[in-house]
This record gives sequence, structure tokens and C-alpha cells, in this order.
Amino acid sequence: MANDHIDITVEPGEVHALLGENGAGKSTLMNQLYGLLQPDEGEILVDGQKKIFRSPRDAISAGIGMVHQHFMLVPVFTVAENIALGAEETRGGPLGWLDRRRNRRDVLETSKRYGLPVDPDALVENLPVGAQQRVEIVKALTRDVDLLILDEPTAVLTPQETDELLAVMRSLAETGKSIVFITHKLREVKAIADRITVIRRGRTVGTASPDTSEDELAALMVGRDVSLEVTKTPADPGREVLKVSGLIVDDERGVRAVDGVDLEVRSGEVLGIAGVQGNGQTELVEAIMGLRAARAGKIELEDADLAGRSTKQVLRAGVGYIPEDRSLDGVIKDFTVAENLVLDLYDRAPFGNGFALNPKAIDDSARERVSQFDIRTSSAQSTVGTLSGGNQQKVVVAREMSRPLKLLIASQPTRGVDVGSIEFIHNQIIHERDVGTAVLVVSSELDEVVGLADRIAVMYRGRILATVSPDMPREEIGLLMAGIVSSGEEEEDSK
Amino acid sequence: MTTEAPAAPPEKSPEKKEKEESFLGLFVHNLWSANTVTVTILSIFLALLIGAVLIVISDANVLSTFSYFTARPSDALTASWDLISQAYADLFKGAIFDPAAVQAWFNGSGDWKTALNPLSETLTYAAPLVFTGLSVALAFRGGLFNIGGQGQAVIGCITAGVAGFAIGLPAGLHLIVALAAGLIGGALWGFLPGLLKARTGAHEVITTIMLNYTATLFLGWLILQNGVQDPDRTDAISKTVDSSAVLPALPAPLRVHLGIVLAVIVTAAVAWLINRSSFGFELRAVGVNPPAAKTAGMSVARTYTMLMVVAGGLAGLGGAVQVLGTADKLTGQVAGNIGFDGLLVALLGRNKPWGTLFAAILYGALRAGGNLMQVDVGVSLELVTVLQALIVIFIAAPALVKTIFQLRDARTARLGTSMAKGW
Repeated sequence: MANDHIDITVEPGEVHALLGENGAGKSTLMNQLYGLLQPDEGEILVDGQKKIFRSPRDAISAGIGMVHQHFMLVPVFTVAENIALGAEETRGGPLGWLDRRRNRRDVLETSKRYGLPVDPDALVENLPVGAQQRVEIVKALTRDVDLLILDEPTAVLTPQETDELLAVMRSLAETGKSIVFITHKLREVKAIADRITVIRRGRTVGTASPDTSEDELAALMVGRDVSLEVTKTPADPGREVLKVSGLIVDDERGVRAVDGVDLEVRSGEVLGIAGVQGNGQTELVEAIMGLRAARAGKIELEDADLAGRSTKQVLRAGVGYIPEDRSLDGVIKDFTVAENLVLDLYDRAPFGNGFALNPKAIDDSARERVSQFDIRTSSAQSTVGTLSGGNQQKVVVAREMSRPLKLLIASQPTRGVDVGSIEFIHNQIIHERDVGTAVLVVSSELDEVVGLADRIAVMYRGRILATVSPDMPREEIGLLMAGIVSSGEEEEDSK
Repeated sequence: MTTEAPAAPPEKSPEKKEKEESFLGLFVHNLWSANTVTVTILSIFLALLIGAVLIVISDANVLSTFSYFTARPSDALTASWDLISQAYADLFKGAIFDPAAVQAWFNGSGDWKTALNPLSETLTYAAPLVFTGLSVALAFRGGLFNIGGQGQAVIGCITAGVAGFAIGLPAGLHLIVALAAGLIGGALWGFLPGLLKARTGAHEVITTIMLNYTATLFLGWLILQNGVQDPDRTDAISKTVDSSAVLPALPAPLRVHLGIVLAVIVTAAVAWLINRSSFGFELRAVGVNPPAAKTAGMSVARTYTMLMVVAGGLAGLGGAVQVLGTADKLTGQVAGNIGFDGLLVALLGRNKPWGTLFAAILYGALRAGGNLMQVDVGVSLELVTVLQALIVIFIAAPALVKTIFQLRDARTARLGTSMAKGW
């Protein structure tokens, strides 16, 4: 059961934040409001009248619009075409010609009225993510909605784009629209919401006003007190463990993704890489792991050249790797917890001899690590797909930290992970640093990088723009993430 | 400030009560759910039902009684019932045992050979299918569609057959060498598409289909060459395999041979390989999530190549068993359809080794019973093919069977619903 007797009321002109962890049932609830799912029990009232939504079409006609977490846009269509899609203006009846001119005019008008600049003739695939999101919002607004649902809208935005979005939400609310803002980011909730409803395990556990402290909100969300700050002692950097110089990597389309990166990580320190997703972080990490060929440059692990080594050789040289896409690269969902825990060492003693597996050793070790890493599962023989995101990630963390490590690479280590597990994973990463491992953390969540890192390298368009201290003001790091160096000029477009 | 909302009324939905049910109730509940065993049995039942309609339609005499159905329905119903029951009784007698023959054996008026003949026929047909079925099932567990079982089996026939008549070795050793030749021949024929897949990404479905044609045409050419063709014959038939290389069989007229024993051993070996070996771990990982396998340091390319070598070897062994056990010489059709039937056997066996073994035996039984059905009631052997196809169709569409019988949802849906989905 994803939703268990939830009550929620949204007033006109209100920004209502729906706060909850991943899997708490926020999206399920909103999908019912938008007609994508039907409730088993309970009713939906719009302006005091009972409504039944069988499809999004019903919801739209009742004045409810939704912007999904993953945009529903056709990349090769123009902005105006995307906005018209599903409600095309035609001349000469339903089978007549498309009235492109009127579509375009409608888009411009809506865009002007709500202060949401969009270029109706641009192709969606050429737009940055923030602009694509504006297109989605304009699309919803052209349908004359009174209630706009935004599902995790800031997950893909830079800090600056997030601020812009929050301003847009505020101005929409002032025109009398109601907004439901789904998120798990406490900072944003406090900045924008008029009222906050917290959901945990499918139930409403409380409503709060925006002046509630972040710690209180987090406790309400998780059900116990959590520490949002990463507690750590100052780093004690030792010898150089990883040295990357002049690295150039292309992505699968042949576009330069990493464009001359130099960095080094020392033992006992955490180097954080901050940056909006898609600025070459993925390719950088994959090149180090031997998953992607580098065009040029050198990668050295304690003076040993890693170039041309297979992933297995890199792992066995003492590198731990938490991949950014857990469900694709991190775990095998059809495999049991025990099997996932030996995905890297299945052919090594004691788990196997290269020919046969040793099921007893695998099971014993799995049981031990399940308790050591607090993996919440009914047994080590459950398939990983049945675990929550946070526990799946703990399986990855447990696997990668059970080998003796020289270097740990953690890519988006807490994406899609519940607050309780975030705390645990962060502590494990800091613990690994404290025993003298060099740690490289890549995250698009600035809070995470600032909390974990001893030094922060900001990556933009395949280059490291600057390496700064985590004490630097967030706004300045945010500007760097947007490619603006401190002189106030934008980094020149290298293409 | 924060206000804890009043807890939702603790009304529990009535479904929780089900836990109180007795063990028997739970057992029946699970029995009538969409689990693989129930769906398989019901699929066979549905196929037999539709087969019954086809039997009636294809028989002119019975069909004529339906022309006056409204006047005297009993005629049509009796005639239909007689035909259907006789046909299916023959299917059973031809495949498992004939009660009359068994009784005769106990009375002393018949011998054990006649009584066991149906089973012998079933296992004879089943033996090569076990190998080709395992070949497909194993490849599928590693995420590959080995459509090339036919070609690999044909090459296995060729290498095993040639080794069987071209080299002279003592009995026993000769058999082992001939079987190994079949294994290696098939493995090589599987290695090619595996290597192409690993190196160039060429899709194994295309390459294996092409290699099927290549193998069959090569066989057609080879058996007409000097040294291979039987010197006493002018048609396309090879020399006979030396008796030292023939799989030992029960005394004639029983045809069942050591191949079925080998099949059971190989099934156990494949089951071990999949579940208990390092290579099996790799192939299962690559089969369900190649990126994760790669990230954990496995070589996806190497696994694909190895997998096709092993799958090809299994199909080649199937070809060898066919030649050394049943056919004893090479002809253009020596491999029959065993490679393609292997696909269906693997599907029916849900790509599990032991499931594949039982599916192969079921296929063998239908084939053996079909022979008697044709001889006895004149129902065409093609009906058996139709039955096999119908069973597979129902198995491949579990939702259909589930709807027809109003089955409950199975607790767990493991290993994908069916391998037909991926095509």
C-alpha cells in the first residue's frame, strides 16, 4: 500500500509543499490527483465538488496540471509544437490543418503573462534543462490550470535555476494559482512553501509551517532524530594516491566530455567534485575505472599507470567504486543480496576458486555484512530488487568497502536514498577517509559535496574551473557551477 | 509549529484475515494461482482441447454426422467422442505404455520389449532435444538468443559422424572420440557468432540464422564427396558409423540408447554450471544486467564468447547423439528439426535445466504417440506439431491462460514471464 488514508487540502494561491522521503508515497498521491492512478478508497474534491479522474485528460479539464520529474517533451519538436501537443489548434474541424500561427501566439501570450520566457521556435533538444522545465510549466499553464503539481522540479537544476524556479512559483501563487511542490529538499521547502505536509510510509504524519527548523522537518520525515550535518575532524592528507593529468575523454556520441582535467587526491582526504550533471563528471569517473577509453592524458594510482587496464584490474588495484546509477550499474536486482555482495570477488577465495563458487562462504560473509552495514532485508537470500533504494545503496557500499582500498570513488552516493541511510553512508565515507583512504566524491547535490569534501573541484563543461575550500560561500560555488568565474564573466564557450 | 496529525483510523482492510486460513487452504490457494507448473499443465490441457476440435474437423466421416446434428445429435457426439478418445488413447499408448501389452507381458504371452517400446520411443526422440534445449536455455540465461542450435547440431552430426566412420579406434574410446568431435564441432560453430557479437556487436540472432543455412548446405555438399558418401549408393547418404562408435542401446526392436543417460548427466552438469560455478555467476550477471556486470569488473565480451562456445558445444553434442544413437549415418535430414525444436523445448522448460529435460521428454512423448495415432486412427502426424505449437503459444502467453481459468496472481514472478517476450 503506497497511500494509507491521506488527507490533504490545498487552498487557492498557496504553495503547498509535500515533503517525504523517496518511496513515502508522494508521487503515488499526486498521480492519483492527475488521473494516472485510481484510488481504492477516498475521494477528490475540486472546488467542493466530487471528481473522478480516469485519465490525465479528466484532471486537466478539472484544472489540474502536472510537471513530471522526467520531462514529457519530444526533443525534436519546437517549443510551440511541444506545448500544442495534445491540444492542437486546428482550422477546419478536428481533421483540419494545424494552426501553427495561433499555437505560437498562445505560447507567447502565456509566456508573457506569467513572466516565463520561452522561445517558441527553439528545438527542445537544444534547450538547457531549466528552459525545458519552463516549457513544461508553460504547457501546463496554457491548459488553464488552477492547480499545478511540480514533482521534484529542482532535482535537475543548478542553484541559480532553482532560485529562478522558486521565484516563478511565488509569482504564480500571487496570480491565484495553487501549487503543490513535491520534494525532499528541506532548504527549498523552507524558502517557498506556505504550508508543508509531511508524508511517511504512505501516511500524513504532520503539517508544518515554513518556520519549522530543518532538523524538526527531517525528524518528522524520517520518524526519528537525524543529523543533517556531516560530523568530521579536519583532514590529514598524506601521500598522493590518485593523479589525473591532461585527461581528455569523449562520450559515446564522440562529443568531448572531459576536456583536459588535472586533479590529484591524497590519502586521508575527500576531494569533492561539484557540478551540474552532464558536465563530464560521469565520463571522468568512468575513464578512471577503465569503463571508458580516454583520448589522451594520464591516470596514475600511486605511480602505477592505470591506462589500458581493465575494470577488474583497476578494482583489484585497490579502487572502490560506487557508481552513480545504482539500479543500472550498481546492483543486479534479480540477484540476491548475498550474490550482489560478491559481484566483484566471486572468483576469488574464499568465495570461489575461479571455477566453482563456495556458497557457504558467500552466505556467511553476506550475513556478517548485512548486520555490519545495517542492510534492512528479510534475509541475505532476498533479491535486491525487493529492497528500498537506501538499502540497495548500502549493499553497494558494503561490497565496495569490504576490500582493502587505496582509493574510493563515490558517484552520487546518496541519490534516491532516504535521509536515514544518507547519514549512514556519509559516515561510512568519512570513516574510510579517516583510515587513510583517498576519497573522490562526485555529486550534483552541492550540500553533499560541501558536507563531505575537504577540497572542492568545480567542474563545468569538461573542465575543472577552480578548486576551492568547502568554506567558500554557497552562492560563489553556485556561480562557478554555472560557469561564471569570479570576475563575473562567463567562461568562454569552447565549442 | 509542528502538529502531529491525528493518526488515521486503524481500520485494517479485510485481506489480513487470509493469514488465518489452514495450511490446506493455503496450498489450494497457491495451486490455483498463475505459477509456472499450473500454467504449464493448463496449457497442455487447453492445447489438447483445441486439438480435439481439429481432430473432429479433419475427419470427413465424423464431420458428415454433423450435417444432421439437429435431427440426431447423439450420432455426431458419439462419433466425435469415439474418435477423440481413441486418438488421445493412442497418443498415450504410443508414448508411455499400452495396458494390453503390459498385461500380456505379465501373463507371459508377450515380452517386455513390446511393453517398454513406447517409453523407448519417447526417450529416443527426447535425447537429442535435451541437448539442443539446454543449448538454447543456457544461452538465454546469459542474455543471448541462440537461434543457431540447428546449425550447431548439424555440424555436430557431421563431425561426430565423420569421426565415427573415418577413424578406426577400439570400442569405447572410439565412441568418446566421436562424441567429443560432435561437441567440438558445435562449439566452433557457436564460437563464430559469439566472437562476432563480442568484437563487433553483430546480433547473434542474425549470425546464427545465417550459420544454420551454411551448416545445412555444407552437410548437403559433404555427403556427396568421395570418402564420405557410401560407395555402394548413388544418392546423398554417407558411410555407416563403425559399430565401435555407436551409442550402446537396448536390444532391438527397442531403440533407446545411452544418449538419454548422457542427457540426464549433462542436464545436471548444466544446472551446476549455471548455479554453482564462477562462469555461471558471470553469465547470469551478464544475462540480466550487463552494465552492472561490467562495472563489477566482469568482461561482458568474454562471457558472450564463452557462452556461445558452451551453448554450441551442447547443441553439437545433441547432433552427435542423434547420429551415433539413432541415425548411424549422415543424410541431408539427419538432424531433422532438433535445433529448432530445442528453442521450443527451452521455452517450455522456462530456460531451467531440469525443466528443459522434462520438456524434451514431453516433446518426445508427443512425437512417439503421434506415430501410433497416425497409424491407428489416421490422424495426421502434423496434428502433433500443432499440439506442440499450441502448448508453446499458451505457455508464452501466461496472461491468456490466467484469464481463461481465472487464476490468482502468483506470489513471485521470477526470471521474466517468458523468453518469448524478448523477441
